[in-house]
Order: sequence, then C-alpha cells, then structure tokens
Amino acid sequence: MSRRAAESAIEAVIRVSASLAIVGLVLIFVFIGKEALPVLLSQEVRQEAGLSRLFLPQSPEPSEPKEFAWQPISAIPKYSLLPLLTGTIKATVVALLFALPLALGAAVFSSEFAPSWLREIIKPSIELLAGIPSVVLGFFALMVMATYIQDLLGLDYRLNAINAGIALGLAVIPIVFTVAEDALTAVPQSYREGSIALGATPWQTAWRVVLPAAFPGIFAACVLGFGRAIGETMIVLMASGNAAVLSLSPTDPLRTLSATIAAELGEVVHGSPHYHVLFFIGTLLFLFTFATNLLGQAFVERLKQRLSGSRL
Amino acid sequence: MSQAASADPPAADVRVQTPAIEARSLSLFYGSFRALKDVDVAVPRREITALIGPSGCGKSTLLRVFNRMNDLVRGVRIEGSVLVDGRDIYRPDADLIALRKRVGMVFQRPNPFPISVFQNVAYGPAIHGMASNAELEEAVERNLRATGLWDDLKDRLRVPALSLPPEQQQRLCLSRLLAVEPDVLLMDEPCSTLDPIATARIEELLFELKKNYTIVIVTHNMQQAARVSSRAGFMLLGDLVEFGATEGLFTNPRDQRTQDYITGRFG
Ligand SMILES: Nc1ncnc2c1ncn2[C@@H]1O[C@H](COP(=O)(O)OP(=O)(O)OP(=O)(O)O)[C@@H](O)[C@H]1O
Ligand SMILES: [Mg+2]
Repeated sequence: MSRRAAESAIEAVIRVSASLAIVGLVLIFVFIGKEALPVLLSQEVRQEAGLSRLFLPQSPEPSEPKEFAWQPISAIPKYSLLPLLTGTIKATVVALLFALPLALGAAVFSSEFAPSWLREIIKPSIELLAGIPSVVLGFFALMVMATYIQDLLGLDYRLNAINAGIALGLAVIPIVFTVAEDALTAVPQSYREGSIALGATPWQTAWRVVLPAAFPGIFAACVLGFGRAIGETMIVLMASGNAAVLSLSPTDPLRTLSATIAAELGEVVHGSPHYHVLFFIGTLLFLFTFATNLLGQAFVERLKQRLSGSRL
Repeated sequence: MSQAASADPPAADVRVQTPAIEARSLSLFYGSFRALKDVDVAVPRREITALIGPSGCGKSTLLRVFNRMNDLVRGVRIEGSVLVDGRDIYRPDADLIALRKRVGMVFQRPNPFPISVFQNVAYGPAIHGMASNAELEEAVERNLRATGLWDDLKDRLRVPALSLPPEQQQRLCLSRLLAVEPDVLLMDEPCSTLDPIATARIEELLFELKKNYTIVIVTHNMQQAARVSSRAGFMLLGDLVEFGATEGLFTNPRDQRTQDYITGRFG
C-alpha cells in the first residue's frame, strides 16, 4: 500500500471514530429525551406529574397547605423538583466555594512561585486526587469528615450541605487545578520577563500579567469544575444525608438531582410517571451541563480573540 | 519626568563622571558552561553602545547581566563585579526592583502584555505606586509621544496591544519601558523582527532617545551598529574581543578576529 493510501486510510479511521463519538452523544440524548417526553406529552403522566406538579407548589388535599415536596412513592405521590434543584445548587455552590480558591491558588503557586522540585511533587499529588474513585471520597466524607465537621461547627446534622459540598469539592479540585495550571504555564515566558524587567515583583507579575493572560483557560477550568460538581453522584449520595427538604441552609441535609436518579431508578416501575420524571431529571441535567459547556466555550473563544487582538 | 530632571544634571554630580555601567573581570556560568569570560567594559552615559558578534557569543547574556535578568535562569553563577552608577548590583543587599527600574530592557520579539495599549503603558507607573487616573493618563500620553505613537493611537488607547503591527508593538514596549523612567535602555536585537522601513524609523527614534538615555543595543546587523552607535564592542565565544569608538572598530580594528568578522570572513 502506498504511503498516500495509508494516510488516507488512517484519516478515515480517525474521522469515523470522531463521528462515532458525536453520534453516541446524540443517541444518548435521544434515548433519555424519549423517556422524558411523556412528562410533557402523555395525558396520563401529566395528570400525576405534569410540569405544574414538578415546579409549582401543590397541596395533595385541598384542606392542606401548599408545599414543595418530593415524595414519589407515598400514597399520593409528590413530584416537586424544587427540593432537588435547591439541593443540587447548594451542593454545587459549597463545592465551588471550597474548591475554586484552593485549586486556583495551588495552580498559581505551582506555576509561578514553586521551585521546580516542589512543582514536581504538587502536580502529581493533586492529579492523583482525580484518580480516587468517588465512592471512596463519599465513604471518607460519610464516615470521617462528617463527624469532624459536625463537632467543629456544632451542627445538628452529621450529613449536610457543607459536608457534601466539601467532599464534592475534593473531586472538583484536581480538574480545576490541572486545567488552570496548564493555562498558566502556557502563558509565554516573554510576558513574565517583560514585567520583571520593568521592576515588577513576582506577585505583581502573577496577578497583573499572567492571570489576565491565562484568564480564558482559568475560566474554562471553572466551567469544567462546575460540570463535575453538578453531575457527580456517588459522593453526594453518600455524604449529603439524601433528604429532599426544601431549604437554603448549608447546615441542612440535601438531596441532588443526580443522587435521586441513582437512588430511585433501580426500583421504579417501568413506564410509571415516576419513571418518566426520573428521565426528565436526567434530561435536565444533560441540557444543563451541555449549555454551560457551550456557553463557557463561546465565552472563552471571545476572550481569547480579544486578548490576541483578532477581535476588538 | 526624569528625562527633564536628568537632561542637565548638576556639574558636580558624580554620576556624570562614572560610567553608567561597568563590568570588571566579569565571568558568567550557566551551570559549568562559561558563557562570559573575564569581560571588562565601561558603558558611557547618554551614548549608544552596540554589541556585535556571531550567534551564541554571549551578547544577550552580557546584556541580561546588566539588569540581572539572568537571575531568572536556574544555575547561573557570576564572578567579578558589575557596577551601575558606581554601585555593585550583585552585592547581597542589592535592590533588584530599583535596579530594574533604572536599567530597563526591550526584547527581541515585541512582548506587549495581552491587555490594552493604555494598560501596557500604565503598567509600570501603576506597579510603582502611581494611583491617580489623571497622572496615569498623563504618563501614558507623554510616553506614547516619546516613541511617536501618540498621534496614531490617541483614539485607540483601549484596543488590545496585540492587535498592533509589529513596529508599533515594539514602540509600545519602548513606551512601556520609558514610563518607569529608567536611565539605561538595554535593547536585545530590537529590530530583528521588523522590516527595513520600520527598522529605519526605530533607529531614528534611538537617536532621539540617546539625548536622555544611555542605550546599549545588541545587534546582528553590522550596518545598524555602525549607523546608530558611538561605541561598539565585538564579542566572540564569551570574550569581549574589542571595545571602543564605533568608527575605529569598523574602519581600523585592533584585533585580527574583529577584522575577520566585520569583513565577513565568519559569522
Ligand atoms: N539559559 C541558558 N542555559 C545554558 N546555556 C545558555 C543559556 N542561555 C544561553 N546559553 C548559552 O550561552 C551562550 C551565549 O548565549 P547568548 O544568548 O548570550 O548568545 P547571543 O550572542 O545573544 O546569541 P544570538 O545572537 O543568537 O542571540 C550560548 O552558547 C548559549 O548556548
Ligand atoms: Mg541573543
């Protein structure tokens, strides 16, 4: 076979595998979406779990007060997504508040200040954290961390948003660190030299030159961290207390969208309204992360162009 | 403002007598490799001094000794001494920030920061403590004027510096440097990425600047060295082979190796 032919064969293989990845993504969406659709379309499902039941306050008996409740297997099933949405948001917010400063601080330290022998230690150690199975992180949070946090802060519940968020943050840190560190080390050395040569301190150089130059990549790192936090399941399932209560307090237990799917899909009656609602939740999560990534990427592109001057 | 202040220094000022920069039996080692060998040189004030020599002879290394940019390289070691305004810049308590404010550097590839034109020029004054907007605006205008950029850019101060053509980027880097009010400008092949017309215009600018600044320029281009400088040094394999008036060095070199280089026998 000639070299030309070999090259085009390789190219074809690469093209096919790239398209397969996209086809796979579309198929996943189609199948999840198909199972979610009855929530919008089927008369029978809408009766029990229509959009108004998912998002608006409901009272099972006209005499009782209206409330948001997720109780899909009680005598009168209740399907309010609000407790799950707030739970997800709470866990994600705590996770990011905990993880972003640490991860970004470590990235800046590693790329700008650490001597190279220290960097050789920091980088692999944090990246090793990414290799810990989330069930192990969850176990650790459930058995060890929860007790310490409860004692330290004097909380009513062992398992709560703070505990879950910090455990989740442990999973977020390596992703944000790795991507941000790459973005920082990709900043041309000439910027640093230019700044140092003007009499700037390493701090001023890092803060006022390197960070702005790396901002698109750092922003992308944060978006990825957000995606990981919102989609992660096992850690929150184990460390959050898993109670679907509508509360904004970080010291209350919570339940996330993802943990709900994981905990309930195995037992649900196939084809029931509950079943379709779980798929609806899956579709929401899918669209949510997809949209965040897309918007994040568009924003990063614009920023890059603005920095490089190809767009004003 | 140091331009104005230092344009006519008091006659008694010792700084007028001492050279701007002086190296005494200076050797520099990258690890075990000796990149500079017993260099002795005195850079006169308010003149343009050129360093020429074949690739790898140590021109950039010597230049980067003068503002201690070599400190950024790991494993660098210095022997001998380097004086700026008569003070050893490698003494243990040397203030690197003050040194680099006084001895500034322009690089081979224009390296404006990826921020706006205004922010680039304001960067130096800002990090050295200038906070008021009015002052910063004034500094930006003055230093853009000094490099002939003001008329072109005064309505585009907010555009990203990287969107400018290379010559303007290099001028901007010079403005950015002048804004910290240095005395000495070190330039490492500042025109090597520019076209001939841009190069000629930058050279004109250098003539303008030497009234107020001491300039050391590294160049590969012997015509350029001959055109702009009044002192020149020829380096070879880490030796400063010959140093003296540019005219003499080019028309009547004392050393055979200089002769060979400028007549194009190697390099
Ligand atoms: N960071 C470094 N580590 C080790 N050796 C270096 C380093 N920088 C430069 N050298 C070596 O020191 C010598 C002088 O380098 P230098 O860059 O000063 O030369 P130059 O005269 O500026 O060359 P050019 O004209 O190509 O810019 C060269 O042999 C080079 O390989
Ligand atoms: Mg060089």
